[in-house]
Amino acid sequence: MKSHFMFVGKQLIRMILLLICVSIAAFFLVSVSPVDPLQANVGQAALGSMSQEQIAKLNAYWGVGEPAMSRFLAWASDFFRGDMGISLLYRRPVAEVIAVKFVNSIWLLAAAWMISGIMGFLLGVLAGMKRGTWIDRAVKGYSLMIASTPAFWLALVLLMVFAVWLQILPVGLSVPIGMEAEGVTLADRIRHAILPALTLSITGVSNIALHTREKMIDIMESDYVLFARARGESSWSIFKNHGFRNVVLPAITLQFASISEIFGGSVLVEQIFSYPGLGQAAVTAGIGSDVPLLLGVTVISAAIVFGGNLTANLLYGVVDPRIRRGGAKK
Amino acid sequence: MTAERQGMDKDTMKKNIILEIQNLSVSFQQYGRGFAMTDLDVIRDLNVTVHEGEIVAAVGSSGSGKSLLAHGILGILPYNASLGGRILYEGEELTQKRKEELRGNEIVLVPQSVAFLDPLMKIGPQIRKGKKDPGSRKKLDEIFEGYHLKQEVQDLYPFELSGGMNRRVLVSTAMMGNPRLVIADEPTPGLHMNMVRRVMSHFRELADQGAGVLLITHDLEQALETADRVVVFYAGTTVEDADVKDFGAEETLRHPYSQALWRALPQNGFQFITGTQPYVKDMPKGCPFAPRCERCREDCKGEIPYREIRGGKVRCLHTE
Amino acid sequence: MRRINGRERTVLWFGGALLFLALITIGGRFLAEKAMVTDFSRKNLAPCPAYLFGTDWMGRDMFVRTLTGLSMSIRIGFLAAGVSALLALILGTASAVMGRAVDSVITWIIDLVMGIPHILLLILISYACGKGFKGVVIGVSLTHWTSLARLIRGEVLQLKEAAYIKAAGKLGMSRFKTAWKHMVPHLLPQFLVGLILLFPHAILHEASITFLGFGLSPEQPAIGVILSESMQYLAMGKWWLALFPGLLLAGTAALFDVAGESLRKLLDPGSAHR
Repeated sequence: MKSHFMFVGKQLIRMILLLICVSIAAFFLVSVSPVDPLQANVGQAALGSMSQEQIAKLNAYWGVGEPAMSRFLAWASDFFRGDMGISLLYRRPVAEVIAVKFVNSIWLLAAAWMISGIMGFLLGVLAGMKRGTWIDRAVKGYSLMIASTPAFWLALVLLMVFAVWLQILPVGLSVPIGMEAEGVTLADRIRHAILPALTLSITGVSNIALHTREKMIDIMESDYVLFARARGESSWSIFKNHGFRNVVLPAITLQFASISEIFGGSVLVEQIFSYPGLGQAAVTAGIGSDVPLLLGVTVISAAIVFGGNLTANLLYGVVDPRIRRGGAKK
Repeated sequence: MTAERQGMDKDTMKKNIILEIQNLSVSFQQYGRGFAMTDLDVIRDLNVTVHEGEIVAAVGSSGSGKSLLAHGILGILPYNASLGGRILYEGEELTQKRKEELRGNEIVLVPQSVAFLDPLMKIGPQIRKGKKDPGSRKKLDEIFEGYHLKQEVQDLYPFELSGGMNRRVLVSTAMMGNPRLVIADEPTPGLHMNMVRRVMSHFRELADQGAGVLLITHDLEQALETADRVVVFYAGTTVEDADVKDFGAEETLRHPYSQALWRALPQNGFQFITGTQPYVKDMPKGCPFAPRCERCREDCKGEIPYREIRGGKVRCLHTE
Repeated sequence: MRRINGRERTVLWFGGALLFLALITIGGRFLAEKAMVTDFSRKNLAPCPAYLFGTDWMGRDMFVRTLTGLSMSIRIGFLAAGVSALLALILGTASAVMGRAVDSVITWIIDLVMGIPHILLLILISYACGKGFKGVVIGVSLTHWTSLARLIRGEVLQLKEAAYIKAAGKLGMSRFKTAWKHMVPHLLPQFLVGLILLFPHAILHEASITFLGFGLSPEQPAIGVILSESMQYLAMGKWWLALFPGLLLAGTAALFDVAGESLRKLLDPGSAHR
């Protein structure tokens, strides 16, 4: 049991260290930028409506003259206390902006993650089991085709087909334009999330299917499957007893590793469908030089990605008997 | 009944033939240099017969195509391999369909190591092939009892088995069916001689119960320890089929390669012959052993028949 | 005539893909002037034999613009993938041969780069460089080396342990000579295949980041710019503005994939049966 705690602890520390490094790297990148966020936003209403104290704080982070290291420490210590600064574009605390955007995004991301994960797994397993047949060729062809297709173009095509041509789904925004927040029904939200979620799922499936297929082929070529065949097990029995069992482990890693990709895709897709989530916030922040928001989104999304990897590693320990029991035995 | 036949063991003669392999060949389709596609004949002219209650050892150094023989009988060759010649099981042609029906039940394989077990499946369910019915459970419990394996072993994963348990577990997998033909592919790699004897005793038991055992090994010493008959492999071909007794002296053997193997045994002075087994791609015409053979003549480059001599069989023109 | 076998087919695919890509790259280069020509007498034309991909609201020939944009994308991809692959080679090898400390630092950097979603990192780097051409090239170069570096690290580690290389060391062959005679011939094919397979990613990411407004400037006929502009005209039914440029972009990426995979099959016969 002790070794398990050690394992979890080590993983947690690693994740925290990685997050710190990500924030340092991100902070370094925005500070070397020739764009001065305060200058860029000076003429805008944002600064005008801010309190003297808030502007002083902004200057402390982004102002010239201060060495980068001390600016980072000031920003980081506030960040650690939950104060991510004030968004220059939204004129509200970054934490608040991110919270709202996050809630919008999470449903979209979760739906796409689940659909692409399950579909990708099923297609990959099927293709790997039936290697060389038309099913395999179809899955492989689809995956390779989608891998070469830019997600944002696919979004445009879906938009053209379903929103412009067939007119059965809305063009954009997560809620109908001009509607009061209270009047928005769940059905409205779902209708507006269908196309973005569909785009993300279609692109997400290909990668997972392709990798699951490779793993499945490795398994089918393994000595234990050869022996199972020699023992007269049927294809179904081999899948039930050995294929599924062994492909689940790499699938867990794949599934959690795909979070990063789905998030990356959502940046593009949310922009096209004007879906007000984290991804769109990142683009808006980048274009509008809203450095506090850009940094906030970066750190939060990195935390989600690392959290996914951590979960995968922990799950691995629970599922794989060689780790679960091996640790206890030695 | 011919004169040669009468020389054979009387028990063997009476017993039924379980497996008869006639001129088996296995070839792979592969790319050579450039765009040329070639068929690599990894096994040619392979002949093996296994009777009821008999242990036949197929002996050959690595690269002589022994494992492919096992895979060919079980119908589990890779997809780019093709099989030629005839395999008869209980007197009838062993087609792919029949292989699929019989394997795991009447025809069983005992693999080399626990690497052939699924690392993520517990031993018990794995041997039962996932079946949970009382009949299968009872049968496995009895098998384990017979091999002095504790019932707890069923709840272990393959990586948790100790070296001593490994072999017995692997043999147990064969016992779940009703084996008539047991194929053991290098069942004792790198084991101590005492351990080898223990493992071999399990196969002897199976043979005594009426099954035929085909023991595939590179270790002649081991084969002589347990087998009734030895079939010698060289470069994918059977060169000699001899009774274990024939290995008592060099003169009673027939093929020059078998005699070379005999001289390489520890008790006969560890004398190894020079040269190596030819690689499949540059196999000489006629006798594959010709380049290393002192008895080689011009006619060895032609067709070499598999003939019966002194109660055994040999693929050599210059032996009496 | 006898049927062509798998390996011949692979060579044909490889050659065909390269030829096609070369044509696009060179063709687009010479059409660059024409791509900027506006002619309001022919604006908003749907695809027709004279203008295969139609024209836009300023009467610019979309076929010419698309080819020019693709040519630019491929050249940027060439630069970025080259730098990226070189980074991967250097860091991957260093990680494998320069001891544990260097190894853990490089592995750490790889984890770090992989931890930030690609697009977000591209936005950050582009912002750091003040957007524009420089930002795209640096961004794509810095984000795409990780998986190839991992692969090379693994290969070098395996080679280091290989018996014949250890034997070469014992026989007194110098380290440099060992590396040159035994390691390079093994790594070079992996490297080349990895390099070509980086292209589609580099090209698609360049287009994506330009599409979002962080990459090439809107005056240039880049694919990202073309598609981004087309968005405003989608609702008016000008479907050809988005469909064909995107289709050709996907085709280009797919061709690089085909070229890379064919080369892999040719250089590594073991994977031919996959």
